[in-house]
Amino acid sequence: MMVVDVIFYAFAAVTTLAAIGVVSSRNQVHSVLFLILTFFSTAALFVLLEAEFLAALLVMVYMGAVAVLFLFVVMMLDMDVSDLKAQAINHLPLGLAVGAVILLELVVVLSHSHAHVAAASTVPNTLAIGRTLYTQYLYPFELASLILLVALIGAVVLTLRERKKVMRRQVISQQIARTRSEAVELVQRKPGEGA
Amino acid sequence: MTELNQLIQNQGLALLGPQWWPLVWTLVWTLIKIILLITPVMILVSYYTLAERKVIGYMQVRYGPNRAGFWGILQPFADAIKLFCKETLIPQGAKRAVFFLAPALTLVPALLMWAVIPFSPELILADINVGILYVLAISSIGVYGVLMSGWSSNSRFAFLGSMRSAGQMISYEVSLGFTLIPVILLSGSLSLKDIVNAQQDMWNIIPLLPMFVIYFISGVAETNRSPFDLPEAEAELVAGYFTDYSAMSFGLFFLGEYANMILVCFLGSLMFLGGWLPPIGLLSFIPGIVWLAIKAGFLMFVFLWIRATFPRYRYDQLMRLGWKIFLPISLTWVFLTAVGLHLFGKV
Repeated sequence: MMVVDVIFYAFAAVTTLAAIGVVSSRNQVHSVLFLILTFFSTAALFVLLEAEFLAALLVMVYMGAVAVLFLFVVMMLDMDVSDLKAQAINHLPLGLAVGAVILLELVVVLSHSHAHVAAASTVPNTLAIGRTLYTQYLYPFELASLILLVALIGAVVLTLRERKKVMRRQVISQQIARTRSEAVELVQRKPGEGA
Repeated sequence: MTELNQLIQNQGLALLGPQWWPLVWTLVWTLIKIILLITPVMILVSYYTLAERKVIGYMQVRYGPNRAGFWGILQPFADAIKLFCKETLIPQGAKRAVFFLAPALTLVPALLMWAVIPFSPELILADINVGILYVLAISSIGVYGVLMSGWSSNSRFAFLGSMRSAGQMISYEVSLGFTLIPVILLSGSLSLKDIVNAQQDMWNIIPLLPMFVIYFISGVAETNRSPFDLPEAEAELVAGYFTDYSAMSFGLFFLGEYANMILVCFLGSLMFLGGWLPPIGLLSFIPGIVWLAIKAGFLMFVFLWIRATFPRYRYDQLMRLGWKIFLPISLTWVFLTAVGLHLFGKV
């Protein structure tokens, strides 16, 4: 047995157990934490496949941004788990349908793909991804970034509320531009007379 | 040295057989290398705490710690013994597992990042070709220790502190990442070693001075240091997210914070100040690791200098600085660097 095999089985076991933890834990914050563990051990599996760039992206995007937002929201919510559990039976058909589709896809992919992916080529995979993305898939790539930009602006537009009546905004440049004579008034009081 | 190595190899083969020995040896050798890296880092961290108290002491015209050992030199050990001997308290209603995982999750990423830091062209634990991405990825995990500690303590002070801190760390991570992109563009590589070697003719700080300033300020904010130490603003939040921690679990937060500060300084010297390269070729007889230590040491001093100089920011000022000033400037600079490289025909 190689060192890589040992490491692979260790991380694969952690990934599976953490994924079970996501759906089985009673506390929703624990669920999110298990989800984060799943992301991280999946990134470790990517490293074993010599796809360091993808691993770094997975950690940065999913752990560093998406899961943090999940955690923020879930921590703030005061959810009643037993209430959610009672309704779970209503969502069972839909859940089973989605699960069946994913299972089918996995079976199709695994039966048709080559078991071993050729990983180590002479070009570093960062370079390879960059080349493919900016030559072969340039237009889909630019289109995707345009869609993201639209979504970004949409989020700003949806949450922006202009309140014209109440102006409580602090203008920092004005605050900084104050001089000592405007800000401080020195008063001389004799002892016993002041108030 | 080769004889010793030969002896170990022969003994190991005889003991475990050819099937298991290479596996065991790889693991043991990796472990030895990790210990050789972590031990100096931890010593540096403990003496950085002493240096901080001394430097700020002298800046405020007082002595700082001077009782334990000559010139207070044993103070870090005294602190460590004190933290180990104290009782670990668990607040009522705390989520125990998460509560004890949080400090570990603060310290471990801080130490993990040291794996890819090159101290000289040869002295590097893991020479991976996406070194800088690895550092950015691992540093984005650090926020979980903060969030988990604030949530699991079951306390309002801790929760508010962790919310502040998480918001701050996410915001400044963005501008920190964008300041590093021009460096990557200039050197054309994600490997820290190549980035330093690309600065042979000119350090990156010369074309990218504004980026260096933004990097350093973002680094101060990212590590929750003064003047951006709002997460632990003691006047309003007691101690922020680690209010309810005591003994060594508090100590782990402390170690993580200082390890992160030192890492920001080392990374800054590698990315902008030429790493182990001497300022002029004549001085190349001095070993590279000394140059790196001098540069990083200077940045570490600036960290303390800033703390002794500036008053604390307000939270809205902090967010304004990060999103409305640093982010546009660094984005513009990314664009300008790319255009400049294209015009001067380097790409």
